[in-house]
Amino acid sequence: MSYQIPKFRHPELPVNELGYTRAAYEGAISTLCAGCGHDSISGAIVRACHELSIEPHKIAKLSGIGCSSKTPTYFLGNSHGFNSVHGRMPSVVTGAAMANRELLYLGVSGDGDTASIGMGQFAHVIRRNLNMVYIVMNNGCYGLTKGQDSATADEGSASKKGDANPFSAIDLCGAALQLGATFVARSFSGDKEQLIPLIKAAMSHRGFALIDVISPCVTFNNTPASTKSYEFVREHAEATGTVDFVPMRKEITTRYTAGAAHEVTMHDGSVLHLYKDADKLDPFDRRSAMLALMDHQNDGTVLTGLIYLDKDSRDLHEVLETTQRPLNQLDETDLCPGNRMLMNINASLR
Amino acid sequence: MKPTDTSNPEYFHKVVDCQYACPAHTPVPEYIRLIAAQRYSDAYMINWYSNVFPGVLGRTCDRPCEPACRRVRVESEPVAICRLKRVAADNKDDIRSRLPEIPQKKNGKRIALIGAGPASLTVARDLAPLGYSIDIYDNQFAGGGMMRSQIPSFRLPIGVLDEEVNYILDMGVNATFDVQVDSLRDILAKDYDAVFIGTGAPRGKGLNLPGLEDARDHVHLGIDWLASVAFEHTNRIGKRVLVLGGGNTAMDCCRTSKRLGGDDVRVVVRSPFEDMKASPWEKEDAMHEGIPIYNNHVPREIVVEGGALKGMLFEKVEAHYDEDGKRSLVPTGEDLVFMEADDVLMAIGQENAFPWIERDLGIEFDQWDMPVVDRVTFQSGNPRVFFGGDAAFGPENIITAVAHGHQAAISIDLLCRGESVAQRPAPRTNLASQKMGVHEWTYDNAVAPDPRYLVPLAPLDKTLADRKMEVELGFDQDTGYKEAERCLNCDVQTVFEELRCIECDACVDICPTDCITFAANGEEDELRTRLSAPAGNLAQDLYVSDSLPTQRVMVKDENVCLHCGLCAERCPTGAWDMQKFLYNVNGTLA
Repeated sequence: MSYQIPKFRHPELPVNELGYTRAAYEGAISTLCAGCGHDSISGAIVRACHELSIEPHKIAKLSGIGCSSKTPTYFLGNSHGFNSVHGRMPSVVTGAAMANRELLYLGVSGDGDTASIGMGQFAHVIRRNLNMVYIVMNNGCYGLTKGQDSATADEGSASKKGDANPFSAIDLCGAALQLGATFVARSFSGDKEQLIPLIKAAMSHRGFALIDVISPCVTFNNTPASTKSYEFVREHAEATGTVDFVPMRKEITTRYTAGAAHEVTMHDGSVLHLYKDADKLDPFDRRSAMLALMDHQNDGTVLTGLIYLDKDSRDLHEVLETTQRPLNQLDETDLCPGNRMLMNINASLR
Repeated sequence: MKPTDTSNPEYFHKVVDCQYACPAHTPVPEYIRLIAAQRYSDAYMINWYSNVFPGVLGRTCDRPCEPACRRVRVESEPVAICRLKRVAADNKDDIRSRLPEIPQKKNGKRIALIGAGPASLTVARDLAPLGYSIDIYDNQFAGGGMMRSQIPSFRLPIGVLDEEVNYILDMGVNATFDVQVDSLRDILAKDYDAVFIGTGAPRGKGLNLPGLEDARDHVHLGIDWLASVAFEHTNRIGKRVLVLGGGNTAMDCCRTSKRLGGDDVRVVVRSPFEDMKASPWEKEDAMHEGIPIYNNHVPREIVVEGGALKGMLFEKVEAHYDEDGKRSLVPTGEDLVFMEADDVLMAIGQENAFPWIERDLGIEFDQWDMPVVDRVTFQSGNPRVFFGGDAAFGPENIITAVAHGHQAAISIDLLCRGESVAQRPAPRTNLASQKMGVHEWTYDNAVAPDPRYLVPLAPLDKTLADRKMEVELGFDQDTGYKEAERCLNCDVQTVFEELRCIECDACVDICPTDCITFAANGEEDELRTRLSAPAGNLAQDLYVSDSLPTQRVMVKDENVCLHCGLCAERCPTGAWDMQKFLYNVNGTLA
């Protein structure tokens, strides 16, 4: 029985700009079911953070409850972590982000934790455009309680038990667009080539970035009649285009055909190249994005890739005009400027 | 790339680096697991069937397995395979009841073995249980060949050698010792069905230096001198000894000198230290005993004054390497170096000598006066005459001689049954799942960093005072267990079945050493550039599956796979499984 991953790594693993190999971003061995899509997403997060050369102690990973919310144990073992209450991860991130704006906040949630018990928190954290990455590991079922259909299960989709789901599904990307999200993407756990650049882009986005990742539940929802199985998603996924993420410090070496790509400079100076495949979608237009989502839903296909990006996003700190110095670094003299200042303020109000 | 054909036994065999590197292909991980389980006799018998002299080899083997060990590639030091073999030999019970039975009724075929060294004894061991009548001829007083005459007792106690030689001589083999065979024609005239020549490389090379004639009494050939020490004709040497040469014989000569009165014993070698032929551990052992090694010194003259040996003159050189890596030793131009000496031992190499083989017996000899021998069948131009060990292709080592002996025995058996010696029997293999439960395996799959354990040595002052006292004490059982646990179980193979794979990537994500990739197929050179981790070790194969539903293939770089089984544990469909691959070379006994 393996309780630990061996410490040996490939002797020629590449190091990032900080001199770390990927091992510095790994976590404990997964206790999820073998073949769970969530483990692939964990792997993608590890690779994205390594390739972005983020110092591990500058990341906070937060989650709610569920299979998805167990995963922060399995990645970024050297980062800050908080397993919160079911569906209440956004509140905890909000508090943390308000107190210390210098960390990168990575929220990990599932379809139950987000679309059922956490729907209210999900809606409001989007409204506020909190500067965070919100990854939903979406498998369309409640895996931790034996695989009941979740709120994101498509109508007619059947899990291991075999009964078709009679209810309509919540489309998290559609809901996020409607609620004003500034970065919306969908991906598939089995497609790291797409997922990793999306995670990197989301981490460079200032504001709320949702990635809804379809992540098959091998134990309960990887059946022929399920719309969240490996096979179904592979056959029905249609990418919005190819995403290529170039971090700020990297020289752009790939040659791009003029006109074929959108070049977007992210807030931190990184560059995002978008190669559009889907003709109808303009990822900088919210209405176009919503339309594309609905069209694909009607066709029975799954639209993946970057769906919407607001280049002029203003996150919660900007909106509230909070201090640049993180609140948790302000001491008593900053927060309590003294009697004379109070007198001045009072005088100004007379 | 084409899908890997795992039905070819050589594919998985090559993954077991140690076994593949061993000339006799001993199933190393299999016996190491038995040592960890304290089943020493079982571990010993696996060795005995494969390499015939586990106790001897556990002390003296050249260990080609160890540089090949996967642990070198993922950590640094190999598993102490050789010394673990000794643990099995030291701790076994009386195994005589487990030796093969020798038929009372013989099969009527008579075989002569010339020389009683490791190659001949292996032939005897393989053929006696099949009912062959075997006559051995040797010019020493007992069996063992160079294992007896050239390996000093402080490395190989006589008792260990006698035990393993006698297992074979006790198989009803008719051995004639103290006899010099001086005509192959006479042997062939005795109507043997086959003759095996395992006479080693018995002639030491000498250097014809100025002054040699006058100093002959104090200049000795290394292997002859070692033999005369072993047979107790020599028990003293001068205080100041120069040993010329950089091979293992030189190391044995200098260490033996130190025990026979040598006080200032020096090894002087032409080449740079790193290029010396001696095994690194034998050089270390000599230096541990306070013997300095002077490298880059080419012997020029033996200095004799008043009819007595005074010492030697050496020219200092530097090694230069050309583009092809070919070395030339260029004099530095400094004055010649003088070193005092009472005795000089020349251990600069040895060669074969067949003055006793008549040249009209159908055996062809090449330009170096070496017999022309088939590298697979070990048959010579005379179909009834076979060669093996150092006698076949020049000086090698014990384990190579054993491997030759096995193959020659197969050839002799085929010949005597009237079959073609070219039709080699296939290796016997077995591939079986090691799965016991969801996350349970029959083998200890946990892998952890763990530096190689050191073999304890007897106190230096005691061993230097007694030529027969063994220097190495061997691992005790506890350390043997710990060292055995360092083995990565490379024979437990990662077997991939593409029809079961759903391409969930779980194996890719869990693999600690990034061995696994799912990618579009391509030619090997190009494919190697697209894998999860650098795959530059071309000596290690890529395991490639057939095409998967997404048109990709699974590619596994065997290079640094830990055989930890996590890919199989994380596989939801059992497409990966850990299966033990047992490979028994095509021996007559296994």
